[in-house]
Amino acid sequence: MIGALVVLLGCQLAGEIVVRLLGLPLPGPVVGAALLAAWLLWRGIPDFLPPVAHGVLRNLSLLFVPAAVGVVQYGPVLAEYGAALAITLVISIVLALSATAIAFRLLVRLSQRGDD
Amino acid sequence: MPVESLWVYLAERPLLWLTVTLAAYLAADRTAARFDYAPLVNPVVLASVLIVICLKLTGTSFPVYFEGAQFVHFLLGPATVALAVPFVENIGQVRRAIVPLVGALVAGSLVAVGSALAIGYALGLPTDILMTLAPKSVTTPIAMGIAERLGGIASLAAVLVITTGVLGAIVLTPLMRIVRVDDERAAGLAAGVCAHGIGTARAFQISSLAGTFAGLGMGLNGVLTAVTVPLLALLLT
Repeated sequence: MIGALVVLLGCQLAGEIVVRLLGLPLPGPVVGAALLAAWLLWRGIPDFLPPVAHGVLRNLSLLFVPAAVGVVQYGPVLAEYGAALAITLVISIVLALSATAIAFRLLVRLSQRGDD
Repeated sequence: MPVESLWVYLAERPLLWLTVTLAAYLAADRTAARFDYAPLVNPVVLASVLIVICLKLTGTSFPVYFEGAQFVHFLLGPATVALAVPFVENIGQVRRAIVPLVGALVAGSLVAVGSALAIGYALGLPTDILMTLAPKSVTTPIAMGIAERLGGIASLAAVLVITTGVLGAIVLTPLMRIVRVDDERAAGLAAGVCAHGIGTARAFQISSLAGTFAGLGMGLNGVLTAVTVPLLALLLT
């Protein structure tokens, strides 16, 4: 488990360093994930990594709880534009989810037709 | 009063609110499991509501709560890095779907930003709120950075990001049924592109493959949005 933690935190650290040095507009962990993926594709996945990684990802929802609790602080701002913001968010998320999924399915069909 | 001094002691340490956060999540996740992870029973929402009730009842402020909860919040970093593992495990699936994946990513990303700006504008939201709304589909640190650069409000951006994630997680599976997409790769990708980490957490409840496509969608959309939103905003203003 400690080995896996060193790998995960080490990649995050490397990601943060890359982001600062290059001035990228990205979070360190996203770059860290890309670095880890590149390394795993090159060297293969060590046995100790998947159990910890899957354990963390199974409980990914937990990690958003503190930030979600923070939403309560914004009552006043939300009250002013609350209705317009709520309507916008709901319609936008429905449109965006549909567009992504439908585009994916269409493109899968088109590329399969190309294979025939 | 010993009880009062005990409370003063506990209220000042991270231990209490760290424990409350984990316990609330455990209760929320068990409840969600009992409902077979039905979309409406979202564990993030359930746990947060439980904690907010605790904070209100004890008169605890958010900064005091966050002293304890920051240990959980911190794990978002290593968890994001961990997304590389299912990605590499499913690399064959990803390679086979690379063209649909990139196409759907671009479509979803543009609709997410464009629809938010268009609807918000039609409803009369002021420019600084619109600029805060534009990056709502990407992971919090990226969204806050973008909102700030565009003259939006970074802290409000975080709230809109979380709300978007929760809404996405809740509507994902019923919506996929309505638009008749039963491909778990498509559902996962949509969740990650449109509802970032919270959508990705939901996708991992569906399957590891859905989670892989979600994680990929989230990461790639973060990169794409960081580049395209400032350009789009320039065109609009």
